[in-house]
Order: sequence, then structure tokens, then C-alpha cells
Amino acid sequence: MTDLAVIGAGPAGLAAALAAAARGVRVAIVDSATEAGGQFYRQPASGLRSRRPQALHHQWRTWERLRDGLAGSGARFAVQFLTEHHVWSVERDSDGFTVHALLGPEQRESVAVRADAVLLATGGYERVLPFPGWTLPGVVTAGGAQAMLKGGLVVPGRTAVVAGTGPLLLPVATGLAAAGVEVAALVEAAGPKDLVRHGRALVGKLPEGAGYAARLLRHRVRLLSRHTVVRAHGDDRLTGVTVAALDTRGRVRPGTERYLPCDTLAVGHGMLPHTDLAETLGCRLDGLTVAVDDEQRTDVPGVWAAGESTGIGGAALALAEGHIAGRSIAARLRGSEPDPAQWASAAKARTRLRKSAAALDAAYPPPAHWSDQVTDDTLVCRCEEVTAGAVREAVDELGAGDVRTVKLLTRAGMGWCQGRVCGPAVAGLAGCELTPSRRPFARPVPLGVLARQHDMATEKGTS
Amino acid sequence: MVGAACALYTARAGLDVILVDRGPVAGGTTGAGEGNILVSDKEPGPELDLALLSGRLWGELAREFGAAVEYEAKGGVVVASSPDGLAALERFAEEQRAAGVVAEPVADDALYDLEAHLAPGLPGGVHYPQDCQVMPALAAAHLARASGTRLFTGRTVTDVLRTPDGAVRGVRTDKGDIHTPAIVNAAGTWGGELAALAGVRLPVLPRRGFVLVTEPLPRLVRHKVYAADYVADVASDSAALQTSPVVEGTAAGPILIGASRERVGFDRTFSLPVVRALAAGATRLFPFLADVHAMRAYLGFRPYLPDHLPAIGPDPRVPGLYHACGHEGAGIGLATGTGHLIARALTAKTPDLDPTPFRPDRFAEEAV
Repeated sequence: MTDLAVIGAGPAGLAAALAAAARGVRVAIVDSATEAGGQFYRQPASGLRSRRPQALHHQWRTWERLRDGLAGSGARFAVQFLTEHHVWSVERDSDGFTVHALLGPEQRESVAVRADAVLLATGGYERVLPFPGWTLPGVVTAGGAQAMLKGGLVVPGRTAVVAGTGPLLLPVATGLAAAGVEVAALVEAAGPKDLVRHGRALVGKLPEGAGYAARLLRHRVRLLSRHTVVRAHGDDRLTGVTVAALDTRGRVRPGTERYLPCDTLAVGHGMLPHTDLAETLGCRLDGLTVAVDDEQRTDVPGVWAAGESTGIGGAALALAEGHIAGRSIAARLRGSEPDPAQWASAAKARTRLRKSAAALDAAYPPPAHWSDQVTDDTLVCRCEEVTAGAVREAVDELGAGDVRTVKLLTRAGMGWCQGRVCGPAVAGLAGCELTPSRRPFARPVPLGVLARQHDMATEKGTS
Repeated sequence: MVGAACALYTARAGLDVILVDRGPVAGGTTGAGEGNILVSDKEPGPELDLALLSGRLWGELAREFGAAVEYEAKGGVVVASSPDGLAALERFAEEQRAAGVVAEPVADDALYDLEAHLAPGLPGGVHYPQDCQVMPALAAAHLARASGTRLFTGRTVTDVLRTPDGAVRGVRTDKGDIHTPAIVNAAGTWGGELAALAGVRLPVLPRRGFVLVTEPLPRLVRHKVYAADYVADVASDSAALQTSPVVEGTAAGPILIGASRERVGFDRTFSLPVVRALAAGATRLFPFLADVHAMRAYLGFRPYLPDHLPAIGPDPRVPGLYHACGHEGAGIGLATGTGHLIARALTAKTPDLDPTPFRPDRFAEEAV
């Protein structure tokens, strides 16, 4: 039995764990990876003996502080760090919570971590929008390309195009260029004016942006703003992409198409929060994010949430939210009312960073008419091999008007990824809003694991 | 599903029909169903008669819609877990045979010819070749489309409009009135609420069920396979949780695992204990499932009437009001027979089956 189970060892989870542990809370961090850090502070596999991993990271000092904190300095109880624990469910009962996690790469055995309180720091995942050719080998997500750089130190190709929209594209383009990849173009759907329009709230971000701009220049990366990839070409792998200019309403301007040869396309359209565990626990969601109060509490007693799951905002915001959550948890578990004055600077940072996150979100929407480019034969759901044409037929012919009905009628979103990849695409093609799906299992779980838990509960009940 | 079938059969009987739903197509219990078209779980009586008629009608529709609705005449296998259970099951099957059901006893080895991956050592079972399956959401969508009726989804009925002498003259919806001399209440689990708008009582209650869905697999389970105690659970009146294993493969690959029954109102909270019990039952029947992944689980609310029979036909208390709801867990299977009865009633023609046991006012004499 532990006081607090933190789910996710990224910036939010680590900050919360350290803040709580420093105040006498017994903490267990549960994470699916082999190392702490999450996506942002992803570490190279230790076997690779990377000499300068910091070259790929911002705020290396912050990371060092978190890492050293995790190693035990300053806390009354060492933080228990459970790696390769793949959480598939969090169960709430009368005297606390049980975090169920599948172990190791095999994921055949499940263990239970009991705790009085839970912090959901489950992070986010990339929004993927399809276009003709997007399933060709050589097309990767922007985050995937960055993960390869940070985690494996491998370079995904020789000539790359980085495309989509959002602040992640800049570090991906410069990271690839610095690793020796020729970056043929950075294709950004937002126009320079969009950034200026939302510029006020972005003031804090500008020096960072200016730094990237200088690096793009240094590596001679061409920036094509208000452009989009309309098609990826190749027979059995990527050989090039067609890009085109967008008009101010987000439509492709006819006649502006041009071909760029490349063997890698890193494409991203921003991030979405992971909310499966929160939804199944019954936490209120606000649109696609977990709703929290000023202390990062959800509306389910004993459950806190911090980081990307409460709204996409980056690592610095996740750190501030995690810190606040950790202090709130420490006070609440003692039965006392926390004093927000103690985390005033974190709260101030949180306010500022949420504002700039909202501005970034407004500045980098996916192109308004992206679905116009998606031909009927384009695969939308890779797991179940559902095409855009099938989705359109469900809407136009069979009366589907929402993602769930499209899923029922086409199977889009019923496969291994449970619609995490195709959900935004299906919503866009169906012309409806993306709503959170119910995923009672946060990851697939062997029936034998469920059956054994039933038998154990039955034995306990009868003895 | 029942609404779509009523639309199809009434439109084909020559009526001008409008189909109204407050949600999307198949947004209620249909979308949470397994698509059973069963005779095996029904004891002799009016529901079995309706099931036999419905099965025949589904067979006709299959020639028209077949693959589009994933119709499969795959048959059911009911498995006994003990010699005593087998004896009881065989007695039950004999009564069903007398009522027109094809029910073939299967002794030990023959059971494994039907289902090679069943747990070893089972004493036997009964094979029901008339049991079928469709994909319910596709079936509802295709029947609704083929009916040619105007489909108004996302439109909520807020009142039933009546003439001064009490007869139906239309419905009020959140998007305007629809004038009609006849309404068919195919609101499923919410049929009681619609009946109340017309001023009559129809005691439809929700009975919650979970379905557990596995990763896609090659065809390892060929029939609908369930344990003999399922029949007792279906007929039970208990409010407490009951689970009995029901396992079946689907055309698309995943295996569906049921069946749980609970009377907990419209509670949509996910329940790990229920799905654990389903997994335990399924792995007892098919040990290989222990290594297969559960991908997802969903729940639905069966529309349940106190005597486990649906309400089908005209309501003598309100001229012009017809009911077609309360089919509990059998709504997909019984939809065609229900559509047939409703179409015959609306056109004043003799149906292929006596509808008296389903009369909607049979609960009226009880205290309200």
C-alpha cells in the first residue's frame, strides 16, 4: 500500500511525485517505459552510451533536477519507480484505488498497485490526419521522428520533409538537420500572420521561436508557411511528396502544387490528451481534456490530473501543474487544507503558460479543408482497413452523424489502436466534432488476466 | 432495429412512413447488441413462435441484404457442464422440437467436431442450426435505407398530439410537429417514456448487459456457443448480477463474449467485476481464450417487461398508438416478426401469428 500512485513519469508526474515525496508522502510512479522522462525528456537507451544526450533537449538542468530527485535526495521516503508497467485500468473502491498494470515487454502478467490517491499524468499523443499516401513506409509522425532522434539516436532518412502544423515541427526540423538529415522543407499550414495575430500571448515563446528560426536558416531549411502536403508518392516506400499553397480559408490553391523528392516525411498536426483512465474512473471531461480545479483535482475524490491530459501545453506547464498537484495531494492526504500561497509562483507560471498554449492552439489549427484532399480510396483506419469512401458512405447513405455511429457501421476505430489514430480523421470526414471515446481498457488485456482476478475475488469472497 | 424493421415492413405494405430517432441510427440498445437471431434460448410459447417467424423473415431479408448486414446462419451450440445439466438440457430441447425447433443432441465427441477448441471433458450439448447472427447496426441502417422512408435522426419526440376524443394525430418534436394518424412506439428501453407521453403506462425497465470484445482472430469459434445455465438467466426476474458465458466469433474477426444481466437502472459506469466474470466464464468454455486480448467492452440496456414478452400491436387505450418495444435481449432477432405484425395491424390484415399474447395493455390492470 502506498499513499499516492502517479501514472506517467513525464514532467508532470515527476514534478508531482517529488513535490509530494518531499512532504512525506509515499509515492509509487508507474510508467510503461524503461526509463523516466516521458516523451519530452525521452532518454537514449542506456546501451547506446550516448555522450551528449543534452544536445537534443531543452532545459537539461530541469531534467537533471528531476532525475536526481527521483534518485532520492531530500525525500523522507524514496520514490518507488515502477518501470515497464503498462496500466490498463484504475479501479476505485471504498478504501482507495487499485492501479492494474501489465508487466514487461510480454504484458501477460498483471500486478496491482494499491494507493489512497491517484495522479493521472498520462500525457498526450499525436493527432494524425490522413492524406493520399500517408500509409507508405517512410511517412512517420513528427513526434515519432523526434522520439527516434532522442531515444534511439537513429536518423530516420537522408532527405526529409517536415510537415503539418504546430510548434513541434520546428524542433523536429532543426533536430533532423542537426543530425545530418537534409531537410528539404518545413511545410507549415499556418501562415506567418496567424502567428502574429496570436502573438501577444506568445511573447514568452518568442525567444525560443527566434532561436529555431536562426537554426532553420543555418541549416538552409526552406520554410513553406501556409502550405500543406497533398499527397505522398512511392510504390513500396516514400519517394517524394506533393505540396501546395493554402488560401486564407485553408483551401488548396489550384496550380500551386509542386513535387519535393524525399525518403522521409515527418508529419504532425498537434497533440491530443490521453483521457481513457480518467473517463473510466468517471472524472468529468471538459471537451477532450480532464477537467481540474485550481489544485489540479478532478471531480472524483482522490484523483488528481496534471500535464497534457488536462490540456496540451508543453513540458513547462506540465511541471508547474505537477508541482501544484503534488503539494495539494500532500496536504489533502494529511487531512489539511492546502495553502495556495505556497505554490504562488507555480500558479503564476501555470496561468501564463496556459494562455500561451491557448494562443498556440488558435494559431495552429489543422487546415480547415484538409478532408477535401482525402480521396475515397485513402485508408483512414489502418487497423481495420477502412477507407475514406466507406466513412463517407456511412454518413451520406446510412445516416451516421457522429463518430460512434460511423464506427458501428464501418468498424473504423475498433482495432488495436481503438481509434486513437483515426478518431480525428473520422470526425473530420464525417463533419462532426471529435468527442472522447469510451475505452474501458486503456490497453488490451489478456482474458486470462481478467479471469484469474475473478477467480481470486471469488475465493476471497467464499473463504 | 425494431423501428427500422417496422419502417421496412410498413413501407412495403404501402404506407407512407417517417422514421424519427432522437439519436443516430442504431444509437440505443441496437448499437450495443450482439445481433442474435436465436431460437435456442426460448422455451415453447409465444416468444418462441415469434422467434420462428422472425427467423424465417430474416432468412428472406438475407437474400436481399446478406453480406451488407453480415448475416450468418451459423447455428448455436448449447453446452452442458455436467451429466445432470445435459439431461435437463435434452428435456428442454425435446419440448422445443415439439414446437418446431430443430434441436440436435450432440454427444461428447461430436461436440468437438462442432467446436474443436472447447474445454476437454464436457459431457455434450445441443446443436441449433436455426440460430443466426447479423451485425445489428448495419442491419438497422440498411433496413431503414431500403424502406425508402424519410429518416429524421437527432430529433426528439416531446409530445404525442391527440384529437379531442383522444386519438393520435401526430407527434411534437424538438424540430417541429409531424402529423400522422398512427404512431409506432419502437423506442426500445425508452418505450415506457414514449407511452407516458401518450398518457398510457407501459412498464419497460432497463436490464444492463456488458459485452467483452477480443482482438480479431481467425475463425476459432464457429457457432454461438453458450452454457446451459444461460437459458435460466434469461428467464430470471432477479435484479442481482447474473453472468453466464456466451461466446461467438464474428464475420469481422473479434470474438464477442457475454452475457451479464443486472437491473441497475440506466447506470453507464463501467464495471470491472462484471467483465472479469465474463472473462472467467468464457475461458472455462474455451481455454485458449486466456491468451487472447480483450480490446474493449461496451454496455447496453435491454428493454425488459415484467413477463419477458414484448409489447406489439395497437394500444386500445389510445386509438392510433401502436407499440413495438420491450424485446429484452432479443430485439434484433424478433425485429422482423415484429415489423410483420405491426404492418399487418396497420393495414388490417391477418398476421401469420396470433398477436394476442403481446397486447400492450396487458399490464393496465395492475396498480399504477
